[in-house]
This record gives sequence, structure tokens and C-alpha cells, in this order.
Amino acid sequence: MAVQVDTQKCNGCQACLSACPYNAIQWQGETAAINQNCTSCGLCLPVCPQEAITRSIKVLCRDLSRWNGVWVYGERDERGIKKVTLELLGEARKLAKARNTHVAAVLIGSDVEQFVNLLYRHGADKVYLIDDRRLNRFSQDLYVPLLVRAVQRYQPEIFLFGATVNGRVLAPSVAVRLGTGLTADCTGLSINSEGNLKQTRPAFGGNIMASILCANTRPQMATVRPNVMDKDEQSQWTPGEVIRLEWNLDEFKPRVEWVDFIQAEGEKIDLENAEIIVSGGFGVGSAENFRIIEDLAETLGAAVGCSRKVVDAGWMPHDRQVGQTGKSVRPRIYIACGISGAIQHQIGMRKSDKIIAINSDPKAPIFSLADYGIVGDLFEIIPLLSEALRPYVRRG
Amino acid sequence: MEIIVCVKQVPNTTEVRMDPKTKTLIREGVASIVNPFDLVALEEALRIKRETAGRITVLSMGPPQAVSALKECLARGVDRALLISDRIFAGSDTLATSYTLSLALRTARLPYDIIFCGLQAIDGDTGQVGPGLAEFLNLPVLPNAVKVGVDPPAQSVIIHRKTEEGIEVLKAKLPVLIIADRDLAKPEPLRDDQIKWIAEDAVEIYDSSKLGGSPSDYGLAGSATEVIWIGSPKPIGHMKIDPDLPYHERIRLTLTAGLESKSGRQIVQGKTPSEAVNELVRRLVEDEVIADR
Repeated sequence: MAVQVDTQKCNGCQACLSACPYNAIQWQGETAAINQNCTSCGLCLPVCPQEAITRSIKVLCRDLSRWNGVWVYGERDERGIKKVTLELLGEARKLAKARNTHVAAVLIGSDVEQFVNLLYRHGADKVYLIDDRRLNRFSQDLYVPLLVRAVQRYQPEIFLFGATVNGRVLAPSVAVRLGTGLTADCTGLSINSEGNLKQTRPAFGGNIMASILCANTRPQMATVRPNVMDKDEQSQWTPGEVIRLEWNLDEFKPRVEWVDFIQAEGEKIDLENAEIIVSGGFGVGSAENFRIIEDLAETLGAAVGCSRKVVDAGWMPHDRQVGQTGKSVRPRIYIACGISGAIQHQIGMRKSDKIIAINSDPKAPIFSLADYGIVGDLFEIIPLLSEALRPYVRRG
Repeated sequence: MEIIVCVKQVPNTTEVRMDPKTKTLIREGVASIVNPFDLVALEEALRIKRETAGRITVLSMGPPQAVSALKECLARGVDRALLISDRIFAGSDTLATSYTLSLALRTARLPYDIIFCGLQAIDGDTGQVGPGLAEFLNLPVLPNAVKVGVDPPAQSVIIHRKTEEGIEVLKAKLPVLIIADRDLAKPEPLRDDQIKWIAEDAVEIYDSSKLGGSPSDYGLAGSATEVIWIGSPKPIGHMKIDPDLPYHERIRLTLTAGLESKSGRQIVQGKTPSEAVNELVRRLVEDEVIADR
């Protein structure tokens, strides 16, 4: 969205000035004008008695060449910077090279300046930094206008976000405020012959692949899930430029209050960062039978995953699903038990270092992807495998 | 409490096929359903309606046949159903859809304390319309809700938000837009005969003339993104068959669906379970996949 004042209609009543929480409306001669503090919140629109203020939904760019740079949203977690940010920086380097432009990370949070070197090491040429104690927790009403303002000021041509829980609500809000396009869960990004970002993603539950362009607005925004793109960590790197955005946060009044945090119960191992994954498919037969998968996982200190059919059958929750519409994983060892290996599942786990498949059907597609496997009955094999692998497992 | 639930009629995506020649989806013969994630949001809205003696309006943007999805919502207990339908909306991306829905809410002058949206539609899979709609209405968003508690006297709501790390407890003053996590509620099954009692004209329909707005903000014209190609997911890799391999090996590779095998693929067949397991473990140790203690 872009807010404009129709100077013909403006009668100089100044009602809008006090309606704006961001000091984005100033006086230009006899009429109001919108300045760069505007975050497109739209609060001024209804107060104008002349209806002189309008907001365009899609913001068409007159001159695309003024938009340069590939930006990556830097997301913080309790361990530091989320892995998906580093993966996106790797992808951003490729895109920036094709566009002959730079890569920048945008980092919002508290005490985050310590991470700039990590970002340079993974491909950032610049880091835009908004570091303030009030930003220590994710808050839409703070993060969205800050990102919008940074984009309006520095005009990147591409802006990538990890499709994390926060990313999936932050990116669409930013895109709508900027009046630009956003493509979710991209599995492929490239620059086409016109210099535009071609975004490829699954739809219809992974049954269709679609390519999408955002040709007339900027930035071209996309979210990407963890473990889809590759990191590009440099052993030789130079520190880049830090641009500290020191905006007054008092003007932003968050409407959502953080009350408490409840830790996830148990020591559930995170699929996306797991070193070993034991995954069960439809061949496991029932929710109760998944006990044998969980037992093997426990023996190995592994995370438990599953295929889509298992989730559809209600045997496992969706956050265990590996595949195109579930999680992408990249463990050292992936053990697929009773999984036939449909394309959509393979896309989620094919980057595993070593794949071991157990299936009673020798023609199951999973065997074409597996490094090792056993054709047999998983109910007989898994308990034996668990016992046989026990002496080799490093614990603690 | 006045509640709005945004719903979408979607094809049952497990049955969807694509026509490669026209780059469009073949919808004939594919069952249309209410987006399952929207039913989750609706189920929670129904609970709050009962708790607060409230009212629910469902709102949907879609083609004329989406009336059947809204009739189902009426059968489930909502008070009013509004479909915005017009050919000019065709080709809408999430930006244009969010905008069009926001315009409908304003035009119909629908009051609301809470707007519920489902996590995502199972055809588009983006999850972007909920946050987008909140933007156009300037509402706070409470996403990933696994639990919702309303406090009508205090005019506020608390949600439990599921994140990767755990649960955030968040509070906001009404009005708000809540995005339901898939586990927020379990929709009750509905019998077909419950729907047949709903009158054909019970669903109100607005077209673009009723909404006002500018044609350039609707449909493909109002969209910032455009789908330029659709296809089927490609298999990974490509077939390379070494002509020097023995005949039976080449046949076996040809039959394994054109997937390039990694070097040294080792599949154990035809042994007893314990022999097979020992053989596998032996190879894993030999290849240093697992460490010998």
C-alpha cells in the first residue's frame, strides 16, 4: 500500500497531522504531504473530511532499476541466528551475483550486533541493524513497521524470509503494507532473462509445482523453509558494512501483550536439526505400531519423522511430517521404515547424507534413493536393528 | 460477541490434476469441500458463540458454486453467510484476496470482535490471507492459536500461540484477528441431511458492484504476483545407465523409475531378518557410517 495526498482535494484542515502516530505527515506549503516515516498503516485515511488521502493497494514501481540488493531477514532464536537465515544468505549470494548487486541481512532484536560477523561469513555484504531492548521478543506491531520503513528507505529488489512460524506471519504483513507480492514456501529461486526473480513452489498439497513472478512491484518477496537452500560459509571473508537504523521506537505502540512462555514438554528433538532421523510410513500400519519407530529412535538418540499418509491417517501429528508439504530435513542418517518413497516425500529427505530403507516391497521407489536397505518385514527387522545398533550409538 | 470466520471452498487436493496444455487445473470431477483448516477455525468460533451467546458470520470469496460450502457452514450453526463472487475476482493472489475481503467487511458493515481465519487453504498453501486481511483492517494478529480464551467484560482475548520453541501466551484487546493452528479444535462431522435443510437463498451474495472499489484492485489486475507456469513435481536426478554394466544390472536400473542411483547402493534381500540386519550393520560399520566402539 502507498499513501498519497491528493493536493487538489486537500483543504489544509490539518486533521490528518494529529491522526498519524509516526510523524509521517508534514506540511508542504498549503497542503499535507506524506514523508518517509509512513508505514502505510492507513490511520489517516478516515479522518480526512475531503477524502483527499488514498491508499493504493499494489504499489507499481515506475523505475525498477532504482531497487537494488538482495535482502535476507535475519531471524533470531535462543541459540543465536536461525539456520534458515544462513541458508537464505547462501541463496541470496547466487541471486545477487546474477543481478550484479549486493547481499544484505536485516537484523532486528536485542543484543544482536554480536551476530554480524556470522552473517558476513555466510554471505552478507551489509547488515542493517535495529538493536533495542524493546525488540527482544517478536512483536508484529514493532517488527512490521520497522521492516517496512527500512525497505522504503533502502529499496531492495528482493527480500527473502525463512518460512518459520514468525516468518509466515511477518512476511505477508510486510508485503501487504508495501503493496508488493509474496510467494510462500519457495523450493526454487532464480533470476530470469528479464532480471526478475522466478519463484517456484508446490501447491495443491504438493501435487502441483508452480512458477511465479512479481514483475511490477518491489521488493519481490519470498519465504523459504529450512533445509531447502544451501548455506555458503566462507573460510575467507571480510567484515562488511553495518548500517544502524536508530529510529525512535516510542512512536510504535504494540497492541499484543506478551504474558508468558511455556516450554515445549519433553526433550523432543527438532527434526530440522536432527543428526539421525527414524521415519515411519504407511507400512507401519497404525498409531500404536509407531511405538517401534519411537523405540528405535530412542535407542539411537534420533528424532522421529513420518510420511504424509501417516499424518493424514491421524497416527502422528503434522509437525513430524517429512516431505514437500512437511519439513525438509538433512540429517546424517535417515532411516525410512515402511515408507514407499513418493516424490513428495523424497523431496523432503533426499539431501540426507545416508539413507537406509526398510520395506517389504523390493520395488518401492525409496530403494532407488537409499544408500542401504533391507527388503523385509519391518516388524521383524526394526527390533533386531535396534539391538544390533545399540553398541554403536554414542550417547551423552 | 460478534465473530466473523473467513472460509474458502477448495478442491479436495488429493484428487487434483493439471492440464499441461492450458496451464490450468482440471476441476471437473474433483469434490469441493470447505477448507479443512477453516473448519477448525469455525469449530472454535462455534464454541465461543455458545459461551458468549454471540453471533457468527462466515465470509467467503469464490465462484458461485462456493454457495454449497457456505450452506454447510450455516448447517453447522453460523448465523449469516456472505459470499463475494464476481468474475472480476479471478486470478486474485493473496494481496488482492485480502483487500477484497476487507472491502466486503466494510461494505456489509459487519461488526466484529474477532475475525477467525484458518491456518492456510489446502490449494494455495500460503497462509497469507489472514495476516493480509488484518493489515487492511488495521487489526492486531494473533497467529498459531492452539487455545483461545475470551473475556467479554474486559473486551480482551488471550491465546496460546504455538511456536517452534514452545507456547507463547499473548493477550490483546478486541477487536483482533485470530489465525487458528491446525490443532485448535476438532471439527465435528456433519451429516449430508443436515445441509439439505438450509434454504438455497440463505447465502447472501455480493458482486463487485456492491463492493465499490476500483476494478484495477481486483483479480489479476490487483495482484502483485502471477503464476506463469504450473507442472508436476519432477523426479529427482536423471537416468544414466552405464553401457558396460552387466545386462541384468541395466534392466534393474531401468526399472527403478529413472532415479539415478548413488554409487554403491546396497540393498539386502532374501535373507532372514537377523541375517539381513547383521549384514546391514556390518556394511554400515565398514563404510564408517556408524562408529565401531
